[in-house]
Amino acid sequence: MLKTYHFPEYAYRQTLEQRSGQAQARPLVIIGAGPVGLVAALDCARRGLPVVVLDDNNSVSMGSRAVCYAKRSLEILDRLGQGEALAAQGIKWQVGKVFFKEDLAYQFDLLPQAHHKMPAMINLQQYHLEERLVRACQLEPNIELRWKHKLLGLEQSDEGVSLQVQTPDGVFQMQTDWLIACDGAGSDTRAMLGLDFEGQVFQDRFLIADVVMKAQFPTERWFWFDPPFHPDQSVLLHKQCDSVWRIDFQLGRDADPAEEKRPEKVIPRIQAMLGPDAEFELEWVSVYQFACRRMKRFRHGRVLFAGDAAHQVSPFGARGANSGMQDADNLAWKLQAVIEGRAPETLLDSYHQERAAAADDNIAHSTRSTDFISPKSRASLRLRNAVLELAKTEPFARPLVNSGRLSLPTPYWDSALITPDEDSFDIGVPPGSPCVDAPLADGRWLLNVLGQDFMLLSFGAAGDCGLPVLELECAGLAAERYDARPGTCYLIRPDQVVAARWRRFDAAKIKVAFACSLGVVQ
Amino acid sequence: MSLRRDPNIIDPDGFYEELIAAQRDLSDELADLLLAKLVLILSNHVGDRAVLREALALARHNTVMTP
Repeated sequence: MLKTYHFPEYAYRQTLEQRSGQAQARPLVIIGAGPVGLVAALDCARRGLPVVVLDDNNSVSMGSRAVCYAKRSLEILDRLGQGEALAAQGIKWQVGKVFFKEDLAYQFDLLPQAHHKMPAMINLQQYHLEERLVRACQLEPNIELRWKHKLLGLEQSDEGVSLQVQTPDGVFQMQTDWLIACDGAGSDTRAMLGLDFEGQVFQDRFLIADVVMKAQFPTERWFWFDPPFHPDQSVLLHKQCDSVWRIDFQLGRDADPAEEKRPEKVIPRIQAMLGPDAEFELEWVSVYQFACRRMKRFRHGRVLFAGDAAHQVSPFGARGANSGMQDADNLAWKLQAVIEGRAPETLLDSYHQERAAAADDNIAHSTRSTDFISPKSRASLRLRNAVLELAKTEPFARPLVNSGRLSLPTPYWDSALITPDEDSFDIGVPPGSPCVDAPLADGRWLLNVLGQDFMLLSFGAAGDCGLPVLELECAGLAAERYDARPGTCYLIRPDQVVAARWRRFDAAKIKVAFACSLGVVQ
Repeated sequence: MSLRRDPNIIDPDGFYEELIAAQRDLSDELADLLLAKLVLILSNHVGDRAVLREALALARHNTVMTP
């Protein structure tokens, strides 16, 4: 048990379905009530789909695990009604310090652009996020959370997926048209389909510790390369809520995980780092290794993989939970369109195309950070240390220091659903990119007004194109951020990604781009 | 012209990845040799003796001053 957090225990209930032995027909089952499964459930439920979530446990995540949530995730969570509370609960930070040996190598400021509803990044223990999402799901009539329900097997046909599920009352059968597997890196669903990852497993071991500090430290991210208190390795210190700090120690390849987890071993490490007078209590410790890899395909018929079940990255740059929530955001509206018969089933292949490209981008970024943090050869260690020494005085070396890059959404440039520009724009928000927030004249935020259905965003008056239209004045920050002139219009997808844009309203062009973004071949 | 000390490399992370990849699978000796050759290749490309002298002084100063 943690000193700062009491784990909720969610009640297991035997369902009528299990008691009666009569499998019910339903459109969607989600495996796993982690951040990705819960976001997928909320998003689908708000799109009118009844959802059953199965989780083999009955509580939230043990330990802080994913701690950094980036703006795009917060904007998705805000679309689902959770953003404001999470932003208020989370720790906002923007100064990062990088130390090399005894000295400060340099410091940076994230300098987030002003006038966005959501911050660039918050730090929050994963269990806080999950608890809030569970509460939101419990209030959602379309969602049924089934705790202590473990998936034992599945079989799919053209008609649907049948599931074998185990509860404390035994084993029973469920039926669903579609299944989203959000059951994490060790996904049982993936194993049941005989599928695997392609990519790289790193040998380095890392120790993560949640520590409650008595003393105040500044709300900054501190990263050490080769510090005197932990020679030849890296260390990260990051603040979370409730005076809990996350400390990551790189342990190298030969560390013994069982030995390293013992408090007798962990506490002296932390004491050496914080100094002999620092008072702290240890809350949670874990030793992990990581991988940068993904499944070859995220869609296998009626089974769709999301989050860590589909792809894994190193923790540097906070790309795990963040990219998983973006998977859910990409998938929910497509499932809705397919289930409602407004789009062909092949639309779901675009989920793989768009999110596998994002996974590749995240894997590339996190692999680069990993290679900088733990160099694999003498020459790369020399280069890394040279960069850090030069960074103290030389501005040119600072962009090369890589202790993890801020997680930004990957634009879907190459997606077949996206209509490339035919008109000339000076950046603005290019097709394939998520919409950028801006305050509106009436005090509301653009992303809140855009909602969760296809919409035409028009700067100035627009004609009829069969879609809801949001008409904005061609003035102010929104017009500036969208590089708008009078007549400029953007076609926005339900996940608030720009599908196409034009300088002038043209109903025929909008109809073509709309069909294209639903995967309808004209 | 004097030595540029402000960032001048587009996509610094991509460049660094290529720099590391260039010496992947080489022995330590060969990797050192590769980096020495890279210095000579880039020096020739710069050509300007004043700039090279400034770069040499900066590299030496930064290395000698840093324990």
